[in-house]
Amino acid sequence: MEKFSQHTGVGVPLRRSNVDTDQIIPAVYLKRVTRTGFEDALFAAWRGDPEFVLNQDAYRSGSVLVAGPDFGTGSSREHAVWALKDYGFRAVLSTRFADIFRGNSGKQGLLAAQVAQEDIELLWKVLEARPGTEVTVDLVAKQARADDVVVPFEVDDYTRWRLMEGLDDIGLTLKHEGEITEFEATRASWRPLTLPAKHLPPVEVVAARPVLRHGDDALA
Amino acid sequence: MAGTLAEKVWDAHIVRRGTDGAPDLLYIDLHLVHEVTSPQAFEGLRLAGRPVRRPDLTIATEDHNTPTLDIDRPIADLTSRTQIQTLRNNAAEFGVRLHSLGDADQGIVHQVGPQLGLTMPGLTVVCGDSHTSTHGAFGALAFGIGTSEVEHVLATQTLPLAPFKTMAITVDGELPKGATSKDIILAIIAKIGTGGGQGYVLEYRGEAIRALSMEARMTICNMSIEAGARAGMIAPDETTFEYLKGRPHAPEGADWDAAVEYWSTLRSDDDAVFDTEVVLRASDLEPFVTWGTNPGQGLPLSSNVPVPSEIADENERVAAERALEYMGLEPGMPLRDIAVDTVFIGSCTNGRIEDLRSVAKLVKGRKKADSLRVLVVPSSARVRLQAEAEGLDQIFLDFGAEWRNAGCSMCLGMNPDQLAPGERSASTSNRNFEGRQGKGGRTHLVSPLVAGATAIRGTLSSVADLGPDVEVPDGSPLEGAPVADARQSA
Ligand code: SF4
Repeated sequence: MEKFSQHTGVGVPLRRSNVDTDQIIPAVYLKRVTRTGFEDALFAAWRGDPEFVLNQDAYRSGSVLVAGPDFGTGSSREHAVWALKDYGFRAVLSTRFADIFRGNSGKQGLLAAQVAQEDIELLWKVLEARPGTEVTVDLVAKQARADDVVVPFEVDDYTRWRLMEGLDDIGLTLKHEGEITEFEATRASWRPLTLPAKHLPPVEVVAARPVLRHGDDALA
Repeated sequence: MAGTLAEKVWDAHIVRRGTDGAPDLLYIDLHLVHEVTSPQAFEGLRLAGRPVRRPDLTIATEDHNTPTLDIDRPIADLTSRTQIQTLRNNAAEFGVRLHSLGDADQGIVHQVGPQLGLTMPGLTVVCGDSHTSTHGAFGALAFGIGTSEVEHVLATQTLPLAPFKTMAITVDGELPKGATSKDIILAIIAKIGTGGGQGYVLEYRGEAIRALSMEARMTICNMSIEAGARAGMIAPDETTFEYLKGRPHAPEGADWDAAVEYWSTLRSDDDAVFDTEVVLRASDLEPFVTWGTNPGQGLPLSSNVPVPSEIADENERVAAERALEYMGLEPGMPLRDIAVDTVFIGSCTNGRIEDLRSVAKLVKGRKKADSLRVLVVPSSARVRLQAEAEGLDQIFLDFGAEWRNAGCSMCLGMNPDQLAPGERSASTSNRNFEGRQGKGGRTHLVSPLVAGATAIRGTLSSVADLGPDVEVPDGSPLEGAPVADARQSA
């Protein structure tokens, strides 16, 4: 993971609350099996609207998203974070994030910074009054700056440390492999194993009976 | 020290306690995998040259993308086919047990764990799917994770996690006739809001919860995530043990006795302290429906669509205006007057055998309204086979409904089962987000009973709207039907 201590880029004001992950990336794009290339899917339902903020030239190259409260709610899909990153975003600022989204962001090096709602309003004003204004997100000082507006943000210490060091979670955990093995040795025998598979008597599964579809004569 | 249920399960899984703000490293007992959130995780393992640490604690199934028609033919949608093929390849390569389309144990991942008896009290259960909270109904600590975490669990069978806060939700009293566990959870979400549970594990308790069947409990825990919570839990009791006993992976003999002894300790101590407590009176509840575009925008069916100009809070007012515009609803109109085009009965919230039975009893001998289509999608192949053995499929077909194969189906519209733009559904699923069931589709979340009554009348309805003599059906087997216990036979 790339180290992250400070980033400066065009700020994008997204005046919406409750932006759930279905809005960030609709389910149809989840069929892909790759880990990159989701930029076209970001906010897909809104991208058709010429008024939508990312369709305006000044914001198109944005990399700091300033959103309303409860960002990233709903489905756990990490694709939401990939889509934001693939588009070019490095940080999202919001009053409140859904837990899973925040967790996913931290793991992927996208900063989810929690900012007080009145400070979000201040940033929105700057970004709307002067489209294309750059926002500096400073993870060392835990501050976001846009022109003369300087606002503090919150991010938990552990995530901050990992982002600044660019550390990979799995590598960190595997340092403690000995402890994992020790723990496994104490696991009670009633706890389930998926293997070997235990089955009910095998049944042949055929398609459900002939299906009457909407509009068929038989339904009339 | 006195502890809550969630804390007890947490503590029993700490491999390494975090210090200096670092998270605890938690052992994961059961990892459920499906085709949508796993390909990139397996790719990560491959790139790093890492194996799956515990294939014997991992199980995969195909559910989100699978078609519910023509399951014996290659999947028509190429990207879906690729995604499912990718899971099959990964499962073979890494030695993971997979239940594929056409297998009796294929189905929605949150049905597969419980029906095989893999989901048990006191476990930690994870899956790359937010509705993993469903398994909390057994007294497991179960939560959804993202794909990076899926990879982490595959590689290490652990997760670094910061402790959750705890919230007790006590539902006192007795549910009135016609109200179900779905109405309890919709009422809870409307009360605490879609963000109200953020950072919390919710523990549902109280008389009304104790009285619920295992399946009804799963419905409640399933939707914990819609209140923003990480997980929902219910302390295990006789109902839980009874459900588990005899299932393929349930412990046997001395293991069973040891397990039950331990499981019986899994309850919040009387003097345990929760970070937050919420109380609800079951007797006040009635059938609930959502009118908006998040699960917190719900009201009793007897009310009217909200009038945004009467909402004081500005954020909520704007959200309501937006929602009503999307939903195509008039402020102030009675919810009962809303006509729907599609009734969807299924999903990991309400696609289980008891749900199907209760609807079947209601619609038996009737015809659906001409104006709508009815889709019945069992949550797993096993549930489908059981329903067919009990004759439910014929009741649905006679009613004019479509009887489909198992999967997520119209819950999220990744397969061809989708709403057309502007089309309106009454759906037993869990999310009414914009476009969730198809681009431009409009969703009203309802209980199975409301779905059934709506299918009969054509507009959002409760059982009571069908007339004073209509009995409120429950989830027990139909009278005279051959009972097919999914545990013994299919
Ligand atoms: S049925 Fe719906 S909510 Fe449940 S796992 Fe499938 S898509 Fe998710």
